[in-house]
Amino acid sequence: MSKQQRIHIKGGRVIDPANNIDAVQDIWIADGKIAAIGNAPDSFTADQTINADNNIVCPGLIDLCARTREPGLEHKGNIASESRAAAMGGISTMICPPDTNPIIDSAAVVELIHHQAKTSRQTRVLTLGALTRNLDGEHISEMHTLKQAGVVGLSNANRPITNSLVQRRAFEYAATHDMTVFIRPDDPHLSMQGCAHEGAVATRLGLPSIPEAAETVAMARDLELIAQTGARVHFSQLSSARAVDMLESARNNGLNVSADVAVHQLYLSEIDIRDFDSDCNVIPPLRSQRDRDGLREGVIRGTISAICSDHQPHEPDAKQAPFADAEPGISGLDTLLTLVLRLSEEGLMSLSDAIARLTSNPASILGLPLGQLAIGNSADICIIDPNSSWFASPETFNSRGHNSPFMGWEMRGQVQQTLVNGRLVFNR
Amino acid sequence: MSAPTPLPTKAAAMMKPANLQLDRNGKLKHFLAIEGLPKSVLTQILDTAETFDAARSKDEKKLQLLSGRTIANLFFEPSTRTRTTFELAAKRLSADVLNINISASSSSKGETLLDMLHNLEAMHIDMFVVRHGSSGAAHFIANNVPKHVSVLNAGDGSHEHPTQAMLDMFTIRQHKPDFPSLRVAIVGDLMHSRVARSQIHALNTLGVGELRVIAPRTLLPYDIEKLGVQVYSNLEQGIRDVDVIIMLRLQRERMHGAFIPSEQEYFKLYGLTEDRVALAKPDVIVMHPGPINRGVEMESSIADGEHSVILQQVSNGIAVRMAAMSMAMYQPEDQA
Repeated sequence: MSKQQRIHIKGGRVIDPANNIDAVQDIWIADGKIAAIGNAPDSFTADQTINADNNIVCPGLIDLCARTREPGLEHKGNIASESRAAAMGGISTMICPPDTNPIIDSAAVVELIHHQAKTSRQTRVLTLGALTRNLDGEHISEMHTLKQAGVVGLSNANRPITNSLVQRRAFEYAATHDMTVFIRPDDPHLSMQGCAHEGAVATRLGLPSIPEAAETVAMARDLELIAQTGARVHFSQLSSARAVDMLESARNNGLNVSADVAVHQLYLSEIDIRDFDSDCNVIPPLRSQRDRDGLREGVIRGTISAICSDHQPHEPDAKQAPFADAEPGISGLDTLLTLVLRLSEEGLMSLSDAIARLTSNPASILGLPLGQLAIGNSADICIIDPNSSWFASPETFNSRGHNSPFMGWEMRGQVQQTLVNGRLVFNR
Repeated sequence: MSAPTPLPTKAAAMMKPANLQLDRNGKLKHFLAIEGLPKSVLTQILDTAETFDAARSKDEKKLQLLSGRTIANLFFEPSTRTRTTFELAAKRLSADVLNINISASSSSKGETLLDMLHNLEAMHIDMFVVRHGSSGAAHFIANNVPKHVSVLNAGDGSHEHPTQAMLDMFTIRQHKPDFPSLRVAIVGDLMHSRVARSQIHALNTLGVGELRVIAPRTLLPYDIEKLGVQVYSNLEQGIRDVDVIIMLRLQRERMHGAFIPSEQEYFKLYGLTEDRVALAKPDVIVMHPGPINRGVEMESSIADGEHSVILQQVSNGIAVRMAAMSMAMYQPEDQA
């Protein structure tokens, strides 16, 4: 392996929420780590200097939920294509849920994914292991083995555990091994085969619907089990205002729970389905405008501390069908950063707070020393031109999946460089 | 801030027409849903149907309006009545008709809906009449056919069944032409009914005086009031003094414990009987889109009785479908 480049990032506005830094400073990188910030280290000669004048320099983004589609669904995307798209979107770490094929419930699959990611040499790809064997919801997985293999948490992905006893034991066993459990709260009997929020639009269009209670009933059960087991649980991709309220009161009662939201939930609602726009077919569904505002409020208050892409790339055919027959999911890697920056442009929060939702906050949910620019940390860095604007279109998307309801939107803020472990993986 | 790059061509191509169902001159192009159509178009359908109806009763020969045109009945769900009336309507207009019944097995060959459409387009079909189990299927097809091809929705999922609603409006108008003075009740499975959604939009667009829906909560979709109806769960209260009673079909698979406990209890609470019909206006008409579950939705003496217009609905279906087909069929001069 060649010697690591020594890099000098010059003149950028450094925003590092974890360390309360927002100032024009230089950064020096050596041996894949941050060597110095502000003052040059003694006798540093850079192999490469990146001019970041007028640009923002922040920690590389961490996406808590992104599917590469490998292994199993490589016609939609693969680790190489999607980790490349992630790198081009400023994301230096992406977390893959376990519902691949084969499922991530053995060390072999974990190693396969990590090996492919290392070969691709793009964004760092980390994995969540299956909470139950084969995601069957009946038998808890070999959590210790999965942890040894390198998973950073556990999840049953989109296959909720209906048996409360299994859920309780999964929480207990995960707590035994000090592992975080990621849950997307869903009562599958209530959401049965639905594809749209139970509300005015689904009523109008006659679409099978998913009530808010599908999320809140499942969450209420899990909150009780968390209180009893002391498990550390992160709720993924909340979709309702009511769930945010429930989470907030649970946290006020001292429960160790956190949550994220998929960024599209902060901009879209059931209204955007219009006349059956299948790009808006996503699970959990786009809900009411009141829910969208409640989720935004949750992000502003910090009840929802992280924002993810919930990236699900599809081949065109998957969406070329009547709404309910289209495959759910949005390709989100390309729009994650720009849509989060927009929260600050809209005046909802400071730029630093917005960036924290993509960096230091997800890092602390994962319990990993990432998402901040501390000296000695891995040099994961994202450099953004905040004023550059572009249109979301098939031409500007880097993911294999072009299934995005944001196509045609004018976006602001464009990634110029992305570094992972001190290596320049993307340079515009 | 730098100027945005111009909208790329593919993004520009994503732009949609203002109203998928109408051409630039406001003329019917596809008939997918009642929702979104102006009253003038609905009235035109009814008036056109009336002329076809009159022509038939004068024993005129087949009309040559759609001579040389090919209409494909694309049925992804089984249907006898609706498909037959579409076929008859097309033949009375001298069109060539192709019946294509697509069972679940043939779609399991892996051919996508889009592939199938493109294959049929290659056979120079001028109009698709589509029935499909998924809401939005007709919209999807209309969005993916060439400009000269029209699409008629013959029922999509639980969304709409616009020709059924228009034949119901036609039947109502034959008996009671003044919509603003009418009080109408729709009874039954509103949740899953595409007929009911189309009827609600049609009745409201035509300015009906009062529109009620009557069903237990399990058969009512969330927030149905927002479609412009008053909700009743008690049949006796709901049909009091109404001019029109529209009964909806209850699918068998929904009867046993899923949405209602049993057909016996349903009939006890929501079945139309002589006693209950007596609560409505003396000249009330009773409608049903068929097929009827006798003894579940209504007793036989009502289905076959003096208030029933159920068979008229069936025969009116032909004239109304002729109207919709002739209006939506693309004419070369439309391009102007």
